[in-house]
Amino acid sequence: MPRRNDIKSILIIGSGPIVIGQACEFDYSGTQACRVLKEEGYRVILANSNPATIMTDPDFADATYIEPLTWEVLSAIIDREQPDAVLPTLGGQTGLNIAMELFERGLIGVPGKPEMIGANAEAIATAEDRGNFKVAMTEIGLESCRSRIAHNMDEARVAMAEIGLPTMIRPAYILGGRGTGIAYSVEEFEKLAASGIEASPINEILVEESIVGWKEYELEVMRDHADNCVIICGIENFDPMGVHTGDSITVAPIQTLTDVEYQKMRDAAIACIRRVGVETGGSNVQFAVNPVDGRQVVIEMNPRVSRSSALASKATGFPIAKIAAKLAVGYTLDEIPNDITRATPASFEPVIDYVVTKIPRWAFEKLPGASGILGTQMQAVGEVMAIGRTFPESLQKAIRSLELGYDGLGCHAGEDHLIAEFADDESLLVQAAIPTPDRVLHVGEALRRGISIDVINERTGIDPWFLDQMSLITEERVHLAATGFEAMSARDWKRAKQLGFSDAQLSYQWGVVEADVRTAREAAGVVPTYKTVDTCAAEFDAETPYHYSTYEDESEVRPSEGKKVIILGSGPNRIGQGIEFDYCCVHASFALRDAGFETIMVNCNPETVSTDYDTSDRLYFEPLTKEDVLNIIDAEQPYKVIVSLGGQTPLKLAGEIPLDLVAGTSPDSIDAAEDRERWNKICDELHIPQPPGGTAVTVEQALVITETIGFPVLVRPSYVLGGRAMQIVHDREHLAAAMAELAGFGSLGREGGLSAERPVLIDRFLADATEVDVDAIRDHTGEVLIGGVMEHVEEAGVHSGDSACAIPPQTLPSWVIEVMEAYTASIAKRLDVRGLINVQFAVAGTTVYVIEANPRASRTVPFVAKATGVPLAKVATRVMLGATLAELREEGLLRPPITGHVSVKEAVLPFARFPEVDPALGPEMRSTGEVMGIADTFGKAFYKAELSAGTVLPEEGTVFLSLADHDKPAGLVVAQRMQALGFGLVATEGTATYLARFGVDVDQVLAKVQDGEGVTAVDLIANGEIHFVVNTPRGRIGRADGAHIRKAASLHHVACVTTVDAAIAAAQGLSERHGVLLGVKSLQEYHATGTTVG
Amino acid sequence: MPETIREGALVLADGSVFEGELIGAGSDSSIATGEVVFNTVMSGYQEVITDPSYAGQIITFTYPHIGNYGINAADFESRGTFCRGIVVRDLARRHSNFRAESDLGSMLVQQGVPGIAGIDTRRLTRLIRGTGALPGAFGGVPEAELLAAAKAEPGTDGIDLVATVTTPENYTVEAADSNSRLQIVAMDFGMKTNIVNNLAQLGRVDVVRSDTSAADILARSPHGVFLSNGPGDPTMSPYAIEAIRGLIGNVPIFGICLGHQLLGHAIGAATLKLPFGHHGGNHPVQNLLTSKVEITSQNHNFAVDPDSLSGIAEMTHVNLNDGVCEGLQVNGEQAFSVQHHPEANPGPHDANYLFGQFADMIAANAAPTNRKAGV
Repeated sequence: MPRRNDIKSILIIGSGPIVIGQACEFDYSGTQACRVLKEEGYRVILANSNPATIMTDPDFADATYIEPLTWEVLSAIIDREQPDAVLPTLGGQTGLNIAMELFERGLIGVPGKPEMIGANAEAIATAEDRGNFKVAMTEIGLESCRSRIAHNMDEARVAMAEIGLPTMIRPAYILGGRGTGIAYSVEEFEKLAASGIEASPINEILVEESIVGWKEYELEVMRDHADNCVIICGIENFDPMGVHTGDSITVAPIQTLTDVEYQKMRDAAIACIRRVGVETGGSNVQFAVNPVDGRQVVIEMNPRVSRSSALASKATGFPIAKIAAKLAVGYTLDEIPNDITRATPASFEPVIDYVVTKIPRWAFEKLPGASGILGTQMQAVGEVMAIGRTFPESLQKAIRSLELGYDGLGCHAGEDHLIAEFADDESLLVQAAIPTPDRVLHVGEALRRGISIDVINERTGIDPWFLDQMSLITEERVHLAATGFEAMSARDWKRAKQLGFSDAQLSYQWGVVEADVRTAREAAGVVPTYKTVDTCAAEFDAETPYHYSTYEDESEVRPSEGKKVIILGSGPNRIGQGIEFDYCCVHASFALRDAGFETIMVNCNPETVSTDYDTSDRLYFEPLTKEDVLNIIDAEQPYKVIVSLGGQTPLKLAGEIPLDLVAGTSPDSIDAAEDRERWNKICDELHIPQPPGGTAVTVEQALVITETIGFPVLVRPSYVLGGRAMQIVHDREHLAAAMAELAGFGSLGREGGLSAERPVLIDRFLADATEVDVDAIRDHTGEVLIGGVMEHVEEAGVHSGDSACAIPPQTLPSWVIEVMEAYTASIAKRLDVRGLINVQFAVAGTTVYVIEANPRASRTVPFVAKATGVPLAKVATRVMLGATLAELREEGLLRPPITGHVSVKEAVLPFARFPEVDPALGPEMRSTGEVMGIADTFGKAFYKAELSAGTVLPEEGTVFLSLADHDKPAGLVVAQRMQALGFGLVATEGTATYLARFGVDVDQVLAKVQDGEGVTAVDLIANGEIHFVVNTPRGRIGRADGAHIRKAASLHHVACVTTVDAAIAAAQGLSERHGVLLGVKSLQEYHATGTTVG
Repeated sequence: MPETIREGALVLADGSVFEGELIGAGSDSSIATGEVVFNTVMSGYQEVITDPSYAGQIITFTYPHIGNYGINAADFESRGTFCRGIVVRDLARRHSNFRAESDLGSMLVQQGVPGIAGIDTRRLTRLIRGTGALPGAFGGVPEAELLAAAKAEPGTDGIDLVATVTTPENYTVEAADSNSRLQIVAMDFGMKTNIVNNLAQLGRVDVVRSDTSAADILARSPHGVFLSNGPGDPTMSPYAIEAIRGLIGNVPIFGICLGHQLLGHAIGAATLKLPFGHHGGNHPVQNLLTSKVEITSQNHNFAVDPDSLSGIAEMTHVNLNDGVCEGLQVNGEQAFSVQHHPEANPGPHDANYLFGQFADMIAANAAPTNRKAGV
């Protein structure tokens, strides 16, 4: 069936901000879909609140709405745009949920309204509702986990007798899985069932067959209108059932199923997509297999593209989202060519001749209080993927891609603490049995000690095949030690490299410097070969240059003639370094391709647009380590290498790359901005004020500094992003603790890089100052372009990544902005910047302090570009490669910024997933993503940004106020405004007394949580009687109380702000919102109608 | 690392050398020779190795890890092995699967199949893709000897490989459903076990040798005749073509793979040799009657020339990768065949409906009004 001509315009719903469980894989899939549908001639309308995405670039859709993803807003967009169809399957769970809300309200998917394409409401409902899904699977003869509902112990016992032990007990209607447990014995069952029935508000438990420890698999299925079905990729989890698949190490293809079992699973997956009724597109079906008897059960199905489908696309070279978009508009699989072979159709099943390993990356170090134990709810913030010819090779490459200071599976300094911490084997095995981020290393250490595979399998449930493959690595270490560095033959080198050993691991093994290892290895003629990802295991010629390294006979990379630029990507997403940097790298690639360069992308993050083989002329899916990057430079002989767009990951490598290859600002300038001594000198020279401070290696040195500058101080390591380990310190005792944390083998030491070797920075903390970010570009003629000036909503002390900010600045006098612009220009000149620079200022009274300068792409670049219409990353890339701003103006790439509206960026925080963590904001960044609100006034833009971030500011109800003393004056303003809007007020005693002094009486004075008696805010939040929480932390005292309140708010999804500035902004937003409909407007309209200044 | 590595090499007739280590059967001085082909399946190595259609060939597995889930009695696709050897990147040292009864390394030794591991199988595959299937030799002897052996290896052209793999004695497999009265004769040109299993779902299966005449088959009064898969060039088994010619028009016929090519020859069509054949479990085949795409299991080097079908048969299936004829229906007769493997093992079950189609054909023929006189 060919393309549908009865549809002219299609609305795509994006997935919104990056949150845990829903990250930039949806930018990858959405970007592909937008591109394909536009190419097909459809009018594409896109709704997504995330400004850091590529898909929201105005070029990718005809109308791009950076607006909150709520049904009301979508409904307004539908009213304006009148699309013929809505494609809900590319925006993750967010896209599906909103589509279902729109459907239930009769706004889409019903006659006379836009059609739902890809999956209809019935299919979504069948897949998403556990009950419906189970019934549907039973209907087609597929097994699910057996379960029974019980309301009392008699029923529970009957259920248990039927299901057998071990049994999973899940109380109904319990938040966060409390009371859920596994009973292995009758005694345990009696206890768990009784407490479960008691805990459930409706006295109901689900008694379910336990499949913890079973093997877990996933199949990616695609289906077209003609009912053709293909499996794109099979994935086997390294971690058995019990760990969310997003938190599991996963491997493609499936390793330990016989073909008979695999085909049975394939049949089941196809039957599943047919029964659920996903008409076109991709779905993901998860299975559990009992390792003892091979029994297969269906766990769940996602009727949409997913994180796994992004992984499957990168793992096989088959672009699932792109094909799904084409299928949605009527094509059949056999009508679509396979991009990679170009000669064969997409109606086939990819086969691969390598092994892919994905390892998630977590951020527990930023979430004190979180258990760090993995379970059925996803907690990872990012992931890496690595390709090798064998599992050991791909596993070791994946581990070193993580950038956690691990050079592979053991055999690096990071293993010393492991060896010491779990000195006896039993303690190691006990630890390895618990799923944690480091489990794979615990298992590796157990194998190194010679603990048998059978014992490890019994304790961890990890399949013996994986364990045996890992033991090839640990056994090789014995061989390497016995052979010794001097005696390594070419054959020895090749075997070690084929098992994935990095030069860094070998260097550790022999105590030889890494450079010497490399030299000796190369002298033995052992250098990497580059193979191609081609969907067909070399059966057909591949047209698409998507490569990975391995150590084999033949390299498939052909030398090319073009002027080549390597762009080093940003590695796994983590808090502080996420999609914003991928955006910059992708823009660099687009800009350079347009300018006639040949672009080569290097990255190891499967979720991203940068690792789409369509993005650059060549893609190397490789770890971003010194060794791997130098190998690619050797193989490609590039003209330049870009290190300053991917965050700290490539920046850390700048010093390892031949100087003349580094594009843009020199590594020496980058160092001058990071090195405290040099930076101080520069600021003195330029007469730019800094908060007083100094550097210290020891506690004694730190105390000397605080004697001069006094407390509070800001303590932070150098060369980190995202305020990693940054703290505001109020006294000597706390200072000692902070220093101890930063020294030696704390978590930061393990993360490695330059930070571990550099002194700690200690600065006077400027309380109550206003923070401002400036992004600018300087070219080689010395012209400086100020890209954007962003005023933070939260005061200094809250990490800029966690703070809301506005363009243009809302409260700063124009002279202050001029001063900052002048400072930025002179710093850029002094550092001889060629490309981007980000400068952070703090404005206190009439003094503008510079906090820090970073001559590289900052997190705010995409936001600024969306707010002003100036493609900063593209302009900066061209400038780095020698173009001048004047030339780019001439060319039309650099246009004057657009004004006339207000843009607000708001951070999205992960606390709902970690109810045990205090959601108070501080100098350490903890947000996973960001959203943007655009409107004609600040209040409306802020309201939209909050709504997009998931903070629904209530339009009526009760506000709870609990304020630190220095916040009380501003809190008075908040209280007055909220009262004027008709809100009720409750407050803690101190706050209430203060307010009463100015004639604002609260409705109720609440007790402190610590006091243990009287009604507290926690009680009222739990009862749904408080609708908005304003709670500002007060130094170190009284923090505990506030923490309880904020945790309660986050658990019960009550809007909560932790700074008084945000409360004022919210009050302003609410007053402007009051009684007014939220208008929507596309980015293209803002850009066309806005005023330009220039 | 293993203590005893038997170093070896694979040398192709064009002089290409691949170094590796020897696995499976064979001594230090033995040389394995054969036509080197590749198979892209990621699971199903046991079924592939035991498929008689690989007679005369050395099988290269493109997927690097082979042997992961061991070996079990149920997944043998014939009474033994007929390939000349296997080439892998990595042989699993330890397998893991609840069905496993043994490991691949031991099975190779027991079955007398030599192998070579540690090979850059992707380089080998790319080479064969360019040149077509090549004769090759591997072993632990000097490369010059291997090259000479590779050059001396005749390949699979011009040899009646069917005679080397067909069942030594006729035998009968009872119907899976004891109430079934249907009787099928299956001509064994190197038949895979799962074909017999599928046919036994329809009725009793009399498996007869490849050289059985039409008269002998018709004397058994079968309700249908099945033409099996098998190795090599169909023109090397003229006796089988002759027999099939005698069956057409007298009994419903269904052929798979070599059986399909033999049926083609029996009606006067021609076959041609493909550059490197189809060997894998992921080939898209379109059923031209329904337009539906089936993902199929494939293993053949020869194919029916679609241009030669004009006027005598309809092409019913086509390979969407390269346009190769994947199925035919003889004009005016109850005879059809497919090039791919609806019995799977290894591979997808998408084409399994073809056994049902054969059953329908038999049922239609068995109806009194349709039954031809004289049978």
